[in-house]
Amino acid sequence: MLSHEEKIEIEEELKGAPFKRAASIDALKVVQRHRGWVDDQGLKDVAVMLEMTPSELDSVATFYNLIFRRPVGSHVILVCNTITCWMMGCDSLLKRLTERLGVPLGATSADGGFTLLPVPCLGACDQSPVMMVDGKLYGGLTPEKVDEVLKEHGWKG
Amino acid sequence: MEGLNEKPLTALMRPDKAALSLAEYERAGGYQALRKALKLAPVEIQRVVKESNLRGRGGAGFNTGMKWSFVPMDSDGTKYLIANADEMEPGTFKDRMLLEGNPHQLIEGMIISAFAIVATEAYIFLRWEYALASERMSKALSEARAKGYLGRDIFSSGFSLDIKLHVSAGRYICGEETALLNALEGRRAVPRAKPPFPQVSGLWGRPTVVNNVETLSNVPHIIANGDEWYRGLSRSKDGGTKIYGVSGKVKRPGLWELPMGTTIGEILEEHAGGMREGLKLRCLIPGGASTEFLTEEHYSVKMDFDSVMEAGSRMGTGTMIAVDDKTCPVGVLRNLEQFFAQESCGWCTPCREGLPWVEKTLSAIEEGRAKPGDLEVLEMHGTSLWIGRTYCALAPGAMEPLRSGLKLFRSDFERHIKEKGCPYKAH
Repeated sequence: MLSHEEKIEIEEELKGAPFKRAASIDALKVVQRHRGWVDDQGLKDVAVMLEMTPSELDSVATFYNLIFRRPVGSHVILVCNTITCWMMGCDSLLKRLTERLGVPLGATSADGGFTLLPVPCLGACDQSPVMMVDGKLYGGLTPEKVDEVLKEHGWKG
Repeated sequence: MEGLNEKPLTALMRPDKAALSLAEYERAGGYQALRKALKLAPVEIQRVVKESNLRGRGGAGFNTGMKWSFVPMDSDGTKYLIANADEMEPGTFKDRMLLEGNPHQLIEGMIISAFAIVATEAYIFLRWEYALASERMSKALSEARAKGYLGRDIFSSGFSLDIKLHVSAGRYICGEETALLNALEGRRAVPRAKPPFPQVSGLWGRPTVVNNVETLSNVPHIIANGDEWYRGLSRSKDGGTKIYGVSGKVKRPGLWELPMGTTIGEILEEHAGGMREGLKLRCLIPGGASTEFLTEEHYSVKMDFDSVMEAGSRMGTGTMIAVDDKTCPVGVLRNLEQFFAQESCGWCTPCREGLPWVEKTLSAIEEGRAKPGDLEVLEMHGTSLWIGRTYCALAPGAMEPLRSGLKLFRSDFERHIKEKGCPYKAH
């Protein structure tokens, strides 16, 4: 069931929408903001509010890489692996991150703390290599700085 | 030549990179162009912008005033203006600066542009990762609404407009204007067939114009100072200044607002400081991932739409990626094609199936698993995914670096195949 807050926020999104389905991405983001991801029941409940079938809504949800249809950790790390960052050494950052967190790209650390995802160009190529943690951008990274960023987000090592 | 020192888009920006507030923007003359515009006829604004030779800064380079002129002016009902702030072309980071540094410049440009096509609703389509831009745009929109610059009857002109901020949820294809429309309608962001063009049938089937952030940010300056002034800012036929950028292993990666038509060599050597010590330029990608490689031979080429086209590439977004001589060119192509394969929306078969094949073939060559005929496979894709063979421009865009790379780096490819691996791997 959607929580009271989730319902109110989705209704708010619906107010500005000329058709209910126009709010589908925003509504999915509401659920994700509250739960960290969009679970099956959440998706079904949103579909009812938007007068869509669950599969219709899921076809939208699964299209967008920043709508998570699987659980993620408390912190989501998005590492740019596109051309400039690749030339500037994103592989060394990814190596450090996978070592520290003990998981490959696309997975969540065993303690549920961090999910590590590759992401296309973050549009900060002058600060390359870059990554984002919970929506905050970090540039000019080195493996050593990656450790600092992890600590800032509560990594105990 | 005085015009060549002017930097209308960035001169006001604060050195500390904080956003210009509404009060600061107004003190520097902001929103005066809007007052002036609302006293003109919409078609007059279209004419001035067309004459200014402002060409679309998203990369396609279509004359902006001309684009607007396809909107039916006699139609009743809602029309839309959309700012494309889904900056995702690899190597491109110019719109971020405009969004974060001077959000009111974009808002003013949007109001004037909406008035020019008599659109009463507008959206800013922003990529999710631009979180700081989102925060600053929301604040600026609230400031503009509170002052009555957005809303009903702006400056008692009878013209009403609101701008909504839509924060997207990822995928490169959303930057394609018709895919963007589907995303805004809450659908999968698959491109639409053209015609009908969005100017006739766009968002919810209504006339819609989609313009890039940098394009729209230019509009207040053109209205304030006139089309002749705007053309005079440029060193070439295209009007205005351009925000150029350089990334890669150069001494000073960054962005610079310079006269349109500044040469590639000047941007790379004088502004970006040239390559870092011990490195040489192997090649450059002039305007985002989907443009053909150029080399040092092209230093004298002017960075404008026509000149770069004549040199065999495209200016695209005008933000160059400099590739150094210690970086493997096959690796560069592999990275680029991996991106395009991942970002294909999956709608049309050549793109969905062809790009992963290209990526796998490049990976095999890079990792020493090449088979005879692999280069022919790559060449074949350069033809079968080319313009006219696919539903939208994504796959042809992916083929631009591949086609030019196969020619330019032929000996590197052959060496990878002969030596069964990457000769640059030691680095």
